[in-house]
Amino acid sequence: MAATLEKARVSREGEFVVIDAKGMHYRELNELIVRVIEEGAKKLKLINVNGQRFIADGLRGEYYIEIYGVAGDDLAAFANGPTIVVYGDVQDGAGNTMNAGKIVVHGNGTDIIGHSMRGGKIFVRGHVGYRVGIHMKEYREQVPVLVVGGTAGDFLGEYMAGGRIIILGLERLETYPEIVGDWLATGIHGGAIYLRDTIEEDKLGYGAKFEELTDEDYAFLRREIEEFCSYFGGNAEEIMKAKFTKVVPLSHRPFAAMYSDSKEAGH
Amino acid sequence: MVRNFPPDFVVRVDKEACINCLRCVRECPFGVHEYDKEKKKWKRHHEKCVACLRCAYMCPTQAISIERSPMEYSPHPVWTNRVRKDIKTQAETGSVILTAMGNELPYLNYFDHLVLDACQVTNPSIDPLREPMELRTYLGRKPEKVDLDEYDGVELKTKIAPNLKLETPIMFAHMSYGSISIEAQLSMARAAKEVGTYMGTGEGGMHRDLYPYADHIITQVASGRFAVHEEYLKRGAAIEIKIGQGAKPGIGGHLPGTKVTAEISETRMIPEGSDAISPAPHHDIYSIEDLSRLIYALKEATRYKKPVFVKIAAVHNVAPIAVGIIRAGADAVVLDGFRGGTGAAPQVHRDHHGIPIEVAIASVDQRLREEGIRHWGSIIASGGIRSSADVAKAIALGADAVYIGTAALIALGCTVCKKCYTGKCPWGIATQVPELRKRLNPDEGARRAANLLKAWSHELKEILGALGLNSIESLRGNRDRLRGVGLSDVDLEVLGVKPAGR
Ligand code: SF4
Ligand code: SF4
Repeated sequence: MAATLEKARVSREGEFVVIDAKGMHYRELNELIVRVIEEGAKKLKLINVNGQRFIADGLRGEYYIEIYGVAGDDLAAFANGPTIVVYGDVQDGAGNTMNAGKIVVHGNGTDIIGHSMRGGKIFVRGHVGYRVGIHMKEYREQVPVLVVGGTAGDFLGEYMAGGRIIILGLERLETYPEIVGDWLATGIHGGAIYLRDTIEEDKLGYGAKFEELTDEDYAFLRREIEEFCSYFGGNAEEIMKAKFTKVVPLSHRPFAAMYSDSKEAGH
Repeated sequence: MVRNFPPDFVVRVDKEACINCLRCVRECPFGVHEYDKEKKKWKRHHEKCVACLRCAYMCPTQAISIERSPMEYSPHPVWTNRVRKDIKTQAETGSVILTAMGNELPYLNYFDHLVLDACQVTNPSIDPLREPMELRTYLGRKPEKVDLDEYDGVELKTKIAPNLKLETPIMFAHMSYGSISIEAQLSMARAAKEVGTYMGTGEGGMHRDLYPYADHIITQVASGRFAVHEEYLKRGAAIEIKIGQGAKPGIGGHLPGTKVTAEISETRMIPEGSDAISPAPHHDIYSIEDLSRLIYALKEATRYKKPVFVKIAAVHNVAPIAVGIIRAGADAVVLDGFRGGTGAAPQVHRDHHGIPIEVAIASVDQRLREEGIRHWGSIIASGGIRSSADVAKAIALGADAVYIGTAALIALGCTVCKKCYTGKCPWGIATQVPELRKRLNPDEGARRAANLLKAWSHELKEILGALGLNSIESLRGNRDRLRGVGLSDVDLEVLGVKPAGR
C-alpha cells in the first residue's frame, strides 16, 4: 500500500492507533491492521468500518481493538486472544472457530455467530440470527461462553459439543417475540444453553432435553450477567429474577446405536 | 430363530503342523482363534474372520490357511449372498451397516478401459535414463501472464500466488490421526519429506510428532473444525477445506467417543471420550459465496501465505461445482471419486453415491478450460488410484496431481480387510491400541511408502519417455494420448477421448 495512503489513514490518539477504514477494501484494511500491530500497536481503533470482512482473523495475542461501524463477516475468525469491542453490529460468523479472546458487540449479530468456537467469550447486546453457536466446543480449561441480550433464531446450538450459551431475551422482536427459534440444540452432545424464559418442549431438536438449574448454574449465570451488565448497563440482580430454562444433551453419544457390523451382530 | 448365516471365510489349520503355540490367538484382533487350555481343544470362530491374513503370516509353522467359505446360499443372480447377508444383519440389529475402504460394487472402472499412446518411428520416444524427465508439479493459482523486469538482469515483476512444489505428482491423501495410528501418519510424513511431496492430516489435527514434517503436510478444515486453530493453520504447507469425501458423499462422519483417547483428544482439541461429530455440511457454508468466505477467512488468517484447496466428492454436477469453487478463490479443487477409501462409512453411501473419478477429472478440466480459468486453480484427483498407470491416465484426463490413500496403506501392510472402523486393524494401521500399533514400525513404513512413490515416479518417467514427452506438464489434459477400449460413444464423449483405432 502506498505510504501516503497509509499516512492519511493512520493516526494516533493517546495509546490507540486509529485507522480510518472508510471506503477501504477488507484486504487493505486487514493488511494495515497487521502492519501497525507488527510495528508495536497494542490498542487499535478502527473508525468508519462498513462491513469489511475478516477483521482480526487468526490474530494471536492480547490486543485490544475497538470497531466503530458494522464489522463484516467472520470477525475474529480463528482468533486467539484479542479483545474486540464493536460499537455497531456484527455480520455472519463473528467469532467463528475462535480459540481465545473476547468480542463485545453493542448492536446485533446476524447468523452463525460463535460457530464452532472453542474458547473465549462473545457478548451481544441485541439479537442474533440463525445457526448461532453451532458446534461450539470446549477443551480442557477452555469453555467458550456466548451471551445474547436479545433473542436468537432457529438452530441455536445445533451439534453443540461444549461451551455455554445464554440468551437473556431482554429485548424482543415484534415479529417473533419468542426468546429462541425452532430446532433448538439438535444433535447437542456437550455444553449447555440457558434461556431466560420458559419454552415449549417442541422447540427442542433431536438429542436435547431440559434440566433443572443447580446452584452452580445460578452462580455461573450471575457472573456472566454481571459481566454483560458491565458492558451494556442494566441490573444483574433484576435480570436474574426471571425464570431460566436449561437445555442439555440427552446423551454425550447421540449416534451410538445407529450403526451395525455383521460380524459384531453375531453373524 | 436359527441364525442361518454362513461365514465368509473358513480358517483351516493343519493339525500336523500346529504346535499349539497360541500365537494365532494373540495375533487375531477379532477373536477367531480360541483355545480351551483345560480341555486342550481348539475352537475357530470362522464367522468372525475377515481374511486379513495376519494369523496365517505370523504362524511360526505356517499351519494356517484362510479360505473362502465353501458354504454359501443357493446361487441367485439377484439375491446374491451379500444381499441376503445384509438383510439378515439388519433384521437382527435394526441399524445402518458400517464398513470401510472403497466402493465394492462392480461398476465400470474407466481406468481399465483407457490405454496410453506410445511413440513409434515418426516421433521417437525418449530414454529417461539419457534425458532429464520433469515430474515437478506446482499446485496453486498460476498468473494470467508473467511480467519481467529486464532493466538490470531479469526479475519477476508479477506477484505469484503461493504454490506447493511437488517433485512427483503424487501425494498421500488425508487420513486422520484417530482413523489411523501416529505410526502410519509418521511413515507417510517421512516418505513425503524424503520424496519431496505432501501428505494430508485429515480432520484429526496435527500430532506433535508430525511437527518436524509440517512443511510437507497439508492441514484440513472439515465441518467439525476439530483442531482448527491459528497455529495449526499457520504450521502446515497448505490448507484443505473438506466439503465431501468420495466414500461417503453428502454425509458427515463421527469418531465414536470410545476412540477419543487422551492423545486423540489433545490433537483434536476435544474432551476425552466425547463423540467427535462432523456434521454433513459446514454450517457456515450453505452456498458458493459462503465457501468463498471461508476460503478468504483462512487466507486472511494465514496472511495469504498458504494455498487453500477445497475437496469435494465427485458427484453429478461436479463440473459447475468445481468451477464455483475455483471462482470462489480456491487454489486447487480436490476431486474424490466414488472408489475413494474411508476408515468408516455406511455401506449404502459408500457403494451407491458419487461418480467415478475418471469422468469427474475430464468434465472439470473441460469446463475450467471452456471458461478460460483452468490456470486459476489446480485439479487434484483421488479415489481409487492404484498404480502409476492410473496416475498417468488421471493426469492425461486433466489432473495436476493425485492423492493416494488406500494404495499408501497397502504399502504399509494393509490387506484391505475393510475393518478399519473397528479400530482393531490387524496390521497396526487403523488402530490406536498400543499392542496393535506396535505391528507397524514407522521406519520401515517410511521406507516402504517412499519406495512406492519412487517406483511409481520411475514408471511415470518411463511412461513419459514412451509417449515422447519430457515433462509431466505436457501430459496434463493431453487426452489425445489416451484411447478408449470397450467404452460407449457417450462415455468417450464425456471423457473427451477417442476410441482405440481412431
Ligand atoms: S481375522 Fe485375520 S487374524 Fe483373525 S483368523 Fe481371520 S485371517 Fe486370521
Ligand atoms: S487399514 Fe487395517 S483394518 Fe483397514 S483394511 Fe487395511 S488392514 Fe484392514
